Amino acid sequence: MSLVKSISKTKTRKEHPRMRRYLDSLKYAKYVIFHPFDGFWDLVHEKRGTLGAAHTFLAAFLLTYVMKLMYTSFQFNGAPIHYINVYERIASLLLPFLVLCIANWALSTLFDGKGRFKDIYMAMCYALVPYVIIQIPLILLSNILTFDEGSFYNVLDVISLVWCAFLAFVGLMEVHDYGPGKTIVFIIATIFGALVILFLLLVFFSLLSDAFGFFVSIYREIVFRLS
Amino acid sequence: MTVKKTKRLMAFMCVLILMPMSLANAAEDGAHSTYTYNYDYWEDIRESPDAYRVAAVIRSSDLDLGGTDLSAPQSLFALDDKLYIADRGNNRIVELTRKGQDFICTRIIDHAVVPDDLREEFLKDTDLMLAENGRRYRDEAGNLYLKPAANSSAELGPMILTPEGITNLNTPNDMAVVVMKDEDGTETRYMWIADTNNNRVLKIDITGDEPVFVRQFVKPTDATFDQNQAFLPNKIVVDSSGRVFVQATNINKGLVKFESDATFTGFIGANQVVYNLWDYIWKTFFTTKEQRSQQASFVPTEYQNIYIDKNGFIYATNISFSEYDLLYDNAKPIRRLNAVGTDILIKNDHYPPIGDLKWVEQSTDHGPSKFYDITVLDNDMYMAIDRTRGRIFGYDPQGIMLWAFGMSGVSSDGSFNRAVSIEHMGYDLLVLDELDCSVTVFTPTEYGNLIYQASEEYLDGQYDQSAETWQEVMKYNPNYTLAIIGIGRSEMREAAELSTTQERIAKYADAMEHFKNAHDRENYGRAFRYYRKEWVEQNIWWIVLIVAALLVVPVIKRSVQKIKWEVAAYESRQVHK
Repeated sequence: MSLVKSISKTKTRKEHPRMRRYLDSLKYAKYVIFHPFDGFWDLVHEKRGTLGAAHTFLAAFLLTYVMKLMYTSFQFNGAPIHYINVYERIASLLLPFLVLCIANWALSTLFDGKGRFKDIYMAMCYALVPYVIIQIPLILLSNILTFDEGSFYNVLDVISLVWCAFLAFVGLMEVHDYGPGKTIVFIIATIFGALVILFLLLVFFSLLSDAFGFFVSIYREIVFRLS
Repeated sequence: MTVKKTKRLMAFMCVLILMPMSLANAAEDGAHSTYTYNYDYWEDIRESPDAYRVAAVIRSSDLDLGGTDLSAPQSLFALDDKLYIADRGNNRIVELTRKGQDFICTRIIDHAVVPDDLREEFLKDTDLMLAENGRRYRDEAGNLYLKPAANSSAELGPMILTPEGITNLNTPNDMAVVVMKDEDGTETRYMWIADTNNNRVLKIDITGDEPVFVRQFVKPTDATFDQNQAFLPNKIVVDSSGRVFVQATNINKGLVKFESDATFTGFIGANQVVYNLWDYIWKTFFTTKEQRSQQASFVPTEYQNIYIDKNGFIYATNISFSEYDLLYDNAKPIRRLNAVGTDILIKNDHYPPIGDLKWVEQSTDHGPSKFYDITVLDNDMYMAIDRTRGRIFGYDPQGIMLWAFGMSGVSSDGSFNRAVSIEHMGYDLLVLDELDCSVTVFTPTEYGNLIYQASEEYLDGQYDQSAETWQEVMKYNPNYTLAIIGIGRSEMREAAELSTTQERIAKYADAMEHFKNAHDRENYGRAFRYYRKEWVEQNIWWIVLIVAALLVVPVIKRSVQKIKWEVAAYESRQVHK
């Protein structure tokens, strides 16, 4: 038996340890989505996840979203394909995602949440995995199904979203070591926090442009006086 | 810049500004354009060729109306070649007869003669009460004011009789005419008049020269009818058996329904109460009882106008709703009521039939379309006239918008100041303007006729002919959704009859392409189902092969692995020996 093992071991290619860790953390997503309570705890507290994998999942999620818009059969696709701006669509998902992560981090730090920003970001990215693994086959399926058979498509579509939402919920719970009630409260608080961040950003940029305009007008005045 | 230069520039700019207007006003053939358009899938306006053109404008002064012009006319009713106008301001009904595009006044109805026997019955019934409470008195002019006893069996209602034994009209708002046949084949022409300020619907016999009083439909004595309210019939429709449906002012329980013998049989089609959640919360929790009693309560609204189609369905329009109600189709500005008053209007387009989907918010005529009247053609297409922007909206029986045209305000043919009524004679549309006291006659253009023809051919089951006609429509307007769908449908049918799989697949693909262009998902799904079937049949061997490969490859792979291991184990055993 040991012989067989030694043979198979010699066959695996030599891998860089970091690469190896990255691949392992990618594979770990399978465990996380099917065993979220255990999975998310180990993901953060046992260092089973990597930031690289998290970035990969986020990128895959955004790519899937765009592919869904572009390649879903016309029967199930309400998107105005000739008006779509891909970058705008990506930004309209990515920015809220990041702002919500920041808001959650900012609030949970104040109320003894265990998670660091890195942990929250990682958990949220891992929670997006079901979307990718359901939506990509769904794009193919949409090109085989007819309009009357659309219920199959719609059910899977809803499942992918519900699964993601559930994972995000469990993820936050495990990362911060909160109970379910507290997590719900913090999810609501996070949404308000995100709105506050957006408001502050707006104020900041409008003040910045005013300040900038002020210096520009001083410069123009000086140039005008001198010439 | 010199003065001359400035002047020249200004003149040039004037030309620039006016040029598109003058160009737009005259269509290619020199006729007056009606600014026809439609909405596409993205709810954007698509201009289209004119479906209707103004054929004639009948002005009150052009008609020989016995010396008095029309005054605030309210309603039109067309039957065969006769057109009736409710001339409210002059308390009369004007009958016009159409000869080609000319209309001549053939009759003026402003009274009805009460036959002697009816008058006797009436007087007999009221005579008894004379002394007690003055149910009957005579004014200085000799008019007899009659009011029957409350327990009177003859539902004659109150009436003013002149010394000559006739009864006059008082602000007639609407009328309806039905020709009824006896068993022996004699035709009788009956007219019902919404005689508003006489609080009655008057039924008269207009077969002969002298209009004869037949019956009047008065305020029901039923408990469901609020006895404190005056009965003010505003709009009426009459079905082929003589049942009368009345839209009465201040009655919000729906249409008042009378049997042909004037018995009241209830209300039908009450408008649902429309309110939004915020109003409800505010009124329930944040207002005191005193405040609430001062505010308007949630009450259903009245219909604006009604029309009865040839199958006996009542089309009703509703104008009292807010823009917000249109959002989730709570407003239902057009309804089709069945015998029990349920709305059964078919809405198969991406948006319900609500008129304009977009308007310029800053303009003077902003806001949703308000349909003041509706008419249903014999092919079940319906046209509604909007007062907000003076436009006529046409929809097919499936609720798909055919076209919109017309405008308001401008004093040119085909525009309205205050359109109050729309009627049809065949395919021609007639629109009555209350302020201009004129009737505008629209006749369909070649393009409009083709659309009608194609739709009717399709409904008749002449699918191939219909597709050809749609091809003709496409030549006029390549963006016309109905035409694209029509062609797609015919391609789908053609494909089934083709001999080779290859051709069938190609034809179904064409059909799918057309449905995709028209954003018709259901028909696309239908075509795709056939396409998929043909495709699978054609490629069945490939599919079997791929599935087999997917099943077999892992098995082979595993057994190869096993052999390799065994070989390696054998070799190492040899080495260690």
